[in-house]
Amino acid sequence: MILKRLFGALPNIVGVVIVTFILTRALPGDPAAYFAGPAATTEAIEQVRASLGLDKTLAHQFVLYLKDLARGDLGNSLTTGQPVVTEIRQRLPASLELTFCGLLIAVVVAVPLGVLAATRPGTWVDHLCRLLATAGVSLPTFFTGLLLAYVFYFLLGLAPSPLGRIDVSFPPPPAVTGLYLVDSLLARDLESFRASARQLVLPALTMGLFVMAPLMRMTRASMLGVLSSEFIRTARASGLPRSQVLYAYAFRNALLPVVTTLGMVFSFLLGSNVLVEKVFAWPGIGSYVIEALVSSDYAPVQGFVLTMALLYVALNLAIDVMYVLIDPRVGIEG
Amino acid sequence: MSAATLKHIRYVATENPVTLVAFLLFSGFVLLALFGPWIAPYDPLASNSGAALKPPSAAHWFGTDSLGRDILSRIIVAARLDFGIAVSAVAASFVIGAALGSLAGFYGGWADRIIGRIADTIMAFPLFVLAMGIVAALGNTVANIVIATAIINLPFYIRVARAEVNVRRGAGYVEAARLAGNSDLRVLAMHVFPNILPPIMVQISLNMGWAILNAAGLSFIGLGVRPPQAEWGIMVAEGATYIISGEWWVALFPGAVLMLAVFTFNLLGDGLRDIMDPRMRT
Amino acid sequence: MSSEAAGPSPLLEVMDLSLEFRTRSGTVHALQGVNLAVRKGETVGIVGESGSGKSVLSFAILRILDAAARVTSGAIEFAGMDMLAASERSLEEVRGREISMIFQNPRTALNPIRRIGRQIEDVLAVHTSTLRADMKKKAIEALARVRIPDPERRYHAYPFELSGGQCQRVMIALALACNPQLLIADEPTTGLDVTTQAAILALISELAAERRMATILITHDLALASEYCDRIIVMHAGHVVELAPTGQLFSRPRHPYTARLIASTPAPAQSIATLASIPGNLPDLRRTDLPNCRFHERCGRSQDACTALALPNIPVDAQSGVRCVNPL
Repeated sequence: MILKRLFGALPNIVGVVIVTFILTRALPGDPAAYFAGPAATTEAIEQVRASLGLDKTLAHQFVLYLKDLARGDLGNSLTTGQPVVTEIRQRLPASLELTFCGLLIAVVVAVPLGVLAATRPGTWVDHLCRLLATAGVSLPTFFTGLLLAYVFYFLLGLAPSPLGRIDVSFPPPPAVTGLYLVDSLLARDLESFRASARQLVLPALTMGLFVMAPLMRMTRASMLGVLSSEFIRTARASGLPRSQVLYAYAFRNALLPVVTTLGMVFSFLLGSNVLVEKVFAWPGIGSYVIEALVSSDYAPVQGFVLTMALLYVALNLAIDVMYVLIDPRVGIEG
Repeated sequence: MSAATLKHIRYVATENPVTLVAFLLFSGFVLLALFGPWIAPYDPLASNSGAALKPPSAAHWFGTDSLGRDILSRIIVAARLDFGIAVSAVAASFVIGAALGSLAGFYGGWADRIIGRIADTIMAFPLFVLAMGIVAALGNTVANIVIATAIINLPFYIRVARAEVNVRRGAGYVEAARLAGNSDLRVLAMHVFPNILPPIMVQISLNMGWAILNAAGLSFIGLGVRPPQAEWGIMVAEGATYIISGEWWVALFPGAVLMLAVFTFNLLGDGLRDIMDPRMRT
Repeated sequence: MSSEAAGPSPLLEVMDLSLEFRTRSGTVHALQGVNLAVRKGETVGIVGESGSGKSVLSFAILRILDAAARVTSGAIEFAGMDMLAASERSLEEVRGREISMIFQNPRTALNPIRRIGRQIEDVLAVHTSTLRADMKKKAIEALARVRIPDPERRYHAYPFELSGGQCQRVMIALALACNPQLLIADEPTTGLDVTTQAAILALISELAAERRMATILITHDLALASEYCDRIIVMHAGHVVELAPTGQLFSRPRHPYTARLIASTPAPAQSIATLASIPGNLPDLRRTDLPNCRFHERCGRSQDACTALALPNIPVDAQSGVRCVNPL
């Protein structure tokens, strides 16, 4: 059954690869000029064309493209001269750390709020939650980030300067995973841990704010539905204590639709990654691609799109598998 | 609209004052978009380095930016651009997506499979990332923002249309129309399509909000709209560097107006949903 | 109306219970002046149309109605305990242990993503001091007692893997796991096929007799009630309108509504053309001007006295009685 899900993801991977190929090679205009950059001379463009095999047929190019991908070759950055794949690998942990902390914050706030709103329908808590949900999806992520930085750093001085992952006076912890929080804990360096955590707060909060709304809405709706279902009445009639009924019975059942919402949540998170990294000068792949865009450096952009897409496919697969593990009924429907 | 519908709308409006407010705001924005250039007090492109970075005052209600341009005027004029982008993108998305989805739902078979595959492939990407990729590949213009936004919204309309058409495919009036000799396409267009509109309308409103956010986001990172054009996203980007040093108005006002516009569409969408089917309220 | 005290004091006494629901469209006067007594070991049937208040009454006894429900008068006493004044904690100790309930639609009444063995263990864990090590054994025993075939394997099953009849047996196992003194069965066989219906009711009967457990059987099916109940209470629109031992109710019904109910129960070989029905519908219980007798507008025998006088309710300790000014 899990294998089935794995196979199900294959067409998506194929689709992603094809689309990224089309985006880079098969579009109107001269791809060689793109890759050579705005400052290239005609000769340079021809050189690039030859070296990238852009003078061959599309089919042949596709095969070369696949070969490159298999070798992990995503081309080189014009501005730094480095292989794109290396730079992405270096910067990816920063983005991952940010994304997951954002998700964590969103879940920790949204899910309990959703449960609370469902168990107290019609009260001010419920109305407040619904208002927050509508307002939450209206917040432009980049604007929220700026506002938070302005209020908490400039006005209140509570947050550290929004410039990077760790205060400049600290060296980054020895790299094991690349995630500063994890690495600093592994190195038992609480000072570093605190310093990196402080830098994470505002950007992660910004990321999380946008996705709190759909999570909260779904939790509330799902919980409301479950609480009025018949098996909850049976549980109450059996004398199960209220807390057990709420958590072991109602909540677990209510979580199922929430898990499926996670797919959409990750789509937002991976997208708004770029925006948040720009606002907070976070050295992840988001700011990498923004710099590349500014200098019309094309290979990193392609690498970025491909990486994010593959990451997204992997995350969706993980969500699917998680769902299969949680819901025993899925087996019969496949 | 029948008398009953009007009565129902009035009932919803009074039951739900928030929807009324949303509708008023929406109308306000539409007016701005239509008549912006004539309402704006200053020329949005006129720079005046002597009056750069001035805080809000009687002369400049929202202050001036780094080039001395009046922010209020730029915001007003930007309404036209942002709305224009959103409306074009959503319209294109809707028309193409609904058409594709209807075909898929009506005929099934390989049409369904191919169209489904297209939708799935688009959805395999984080949508904003795909939009970035499309604009970067096609070129940095406003038209390409519209195209990118339209593409990433396609799967949504495809799905809704396909589901609704599928449900209605076997309905009595469809059979009757067919038996009366109408071609399949005609049946689809004249009989099935009008009936799937109501649920789609709700989503169009919500989509508009999202399309504006998307366009603003792309402009924020430098894709699509180029200076000196006035667009809410790019104005926030221009103001970002100054907010940390205390000149808050450059980024705040465009951002707040952007937020208000999106919020309006979301509220409107919720209100439409209430009108269509109160049971769907979440 | 005869009122004879019969034997020891009742296990459950519902005295003059009136209950209403506050809803957006008005207040629903769901129950009024309901008297009910159930003695140890007896099976009492509650019959009536949908909407007559049978289920509401049973939920009220267990206090599992939702927040919109309000008891406006009356008392409920179970084994000496005042159910209306009891704390939620004490009620939790009674539910599932002293009073149990089984519901209709057994498939949806069980937690769909939890194995049935675990669900039984949950109840055991809350109410008994069974050791962890013995839990599984006891759960399997409970399943065996309700005649579930192959209980060791079924212990691991999910509700969707079982048939409707088996799910109902699981519910009975859940309900009887802690040997309650009273079982309330709310339409336990609706939705099951006829053979399964008989098997389920026979099972309940048998287990009740074994343990000297009192049973309240709620049903709209008079035939079922006549077969399994010692005494029957007829409810209409929130009132108890008649109460009698089973044989007496069917041979000599006294309330016009009872007579109509009996007459409209199809006989095995009856043709559709001759099916009797009861004219009209239940009155809208949100009305503020509900008459004393809520059957008044559908009754063929109503007189002026029916609305003029206050109607006394059937006393709680009566063996039989009728709430009517002009009984048959």
